[in-house]
Amino acid sequence: MTSEAALEQRIGEWRNYFRTRQAVHSADVAELEDHLRSQIDALRQAGLDEDEAFLVAVKRLGSLDTVSHEFAREYSERLWKQLMVAPAAADSGPAGRSGGVLAVALAVGAAVAIKLPELFGRSIMGGDTDAFFYARNVTLFVLPFLAGFFALKRSLHKTGWTWLLFPFIAAALIMNVLPFKVDHQTTILAIIHLPIALWLLTIGFAYIGGEWRNHAQRMNFVRFSGEWFIYYVLTALGGGTLIAFTFFIFNAIGLKPDDFVGQWIVPCGAAGAVLIAAWLVEWKKSVIENMAPVLTMLFTPLFTVLLLVFVGTIIVTGNAIDVGREVLIGFDLLLVLVLGLLLYSISARDSHAPPSRSDRLRLALLLSALVVDGLALWAIAARISEFGFSANKTAALGLNILLLINLGWSAVLYMRFLAKGGSFTALERWQTSYLPVFGIWAWVVVALFPVIFKYQ
Amino acid sequence: MEINKDLVAASATPLVLAILSEGDSYGYAIIKRVGELSGGELAWTDGMLYPILHRLERNGYVKAIWGESETGRRRKYYQLTKAGAEHLERQRRQWHLVDLALRASGSSPSTRHRKKDDDSHAGG
Repeated sequence: MTSEAALEQRIGEWRNYFRTRQAVHSADVAELEDHLRSQIDALRQAGLDEDEAFLVAVKRLGSLDTVSHEFAREYSERLWKQLMVAPAAADSGPAGRSGGVLAVALAVGAAVAIKLPELFGRSIMGGDTDAFFYARNVTLFVLPFLAGFFALKRSLHKTGWTWLLFPFIAAALIMNVLPFKVDHQTTILAIIHLPIALWLLTIGFAYIGGEWRNHAQRMNFVRFSGEWFIYYVLTALGGGTLIAFTFFIFNAIGLKPDDFVGQWIVPCGAAGAVLIAAWLVEWKKSVIENMAPVLTMLFTPLFTVLLLVFVGTIIVTGNAIDVGREVLIGFDLLLVLVLGLLLYSISARDSHAPPSRSDRLRLALLLSALVVDGLALWAIAARISEFGFSANKTAALGLNILLLINLGWSAVLYMRFLAKGGSFTALERWQTSYLPVFGIWAWVVVALFPVIFKYQ
Repeated sequence: MEINKDLVAASATPLVLAILSEGDSYGYAIIKRVGELSGGELAWTDGMLYPILHRLERNGYVKAIWGESETGRRRKYYQLTKAGAEHLERQRRQWHLVDLALRASGSSPSTRHRKKDDDSHAGG
């Protein structure tokens, strides 16, 4: 390598090193680089060689820490990471923006799709038949666009596209050809489980670009799902504000915007926001801290305390869990929540880090949740003959057992990890391997339950 | 002669503005000019000039323009604005006043009185 090239390389390294500082933007680095090069040129004219000139020039410029500290004092706002106001064009790659065009286009697509049935006489605010039609199909108007978004972004291969298409066609056939009856248990179960089935398997498949065997990618999909949920809720809050003001300002001039809000803003907004939230998560993932692990960190101790106190109360008072109608579903949700707390703390955990206090806390959470759920199942088992196996109870019981297996084995793996130390990967791997199980179960509830329970 | 750090920091703004009042310039040249004007006594850490320039730009005292160097490199030039010229004038008067006071203080012993904490302000 010539000494010129070596010098260029060192300047390049210096530049990249500087760019890692948050308060120093690339335009500032360019300005400092001009200074560095001017200084080097002057020193070389004074007789120094490339190496010496570079070292002296860097030294005179001042240490990276001091200079970036000064920049941070001058630009304290830069320590707040901004997503939308891209600092310098060079900082936000073209990926974000082109993805943005695609996302907005697909969001408009989803919003149009949800209104399309109106051309065939179905109205969102129509009668019972129309409401039933929308309840069964609403997922199918929106999620294909989201799947398409990721398939396009990840340049999915041709067979992958078929794998995406097939579940949507199957779902459309099931929801519209099978003789579902309004308000029957199997119908409601299918409506609830369809988005879960499609999200976990099909959106997941698209998100990870068809590499469904890749466990690291599956964990990324878990991260994405958590962030997406948070962003969707935030977008929905914004949408709520928009609607509130729509009512307010039009009421003020004596008009009632009910139809416009109900027919257009709510459905189109809710559909489009699915895409927009996904795009925001994609864009911000490397810019802004993930929120789901932060919430997890806040609520893990609180839920642990809640469950421990609950178990303690049962022991002290001797009150058994009263198996009412909603109890099993409630405990299912509790286990889902505990699984979420576990999953999102795993997703943010460095798998090579040694056992810590928060690991013990999570194990305590797992064990107390298992005890509580065990008590609930015990109460239910004692009276199962009384209940019989209706579709609702089977679905709730099946999910409960799946969650129990997941969390039970997680607890075992956690205890092993805490006892022996070593790598955390076994637990991560168990969770990512288990993900499709929930998706398959959701498909069973959608596709097989109606047949098994004769559309009850 | 070692110049006190606080004094270096305080004099940076008027010096930069004064140099820019001679004509548009850029970071490296400003540092060089500071060296010339002070006979090499005022030495800054080069990197520290840029946050100062950016602050002046934010305050509207200078305007920054991206241009090119003789060799075609991207270079940011700074130009004194009207507000900057006025600010420089005010600063000059203030420094002049301080200078006058310092000179005068040696000659009339009657005005001398020391406070205890005078020295503690000297450090950086």
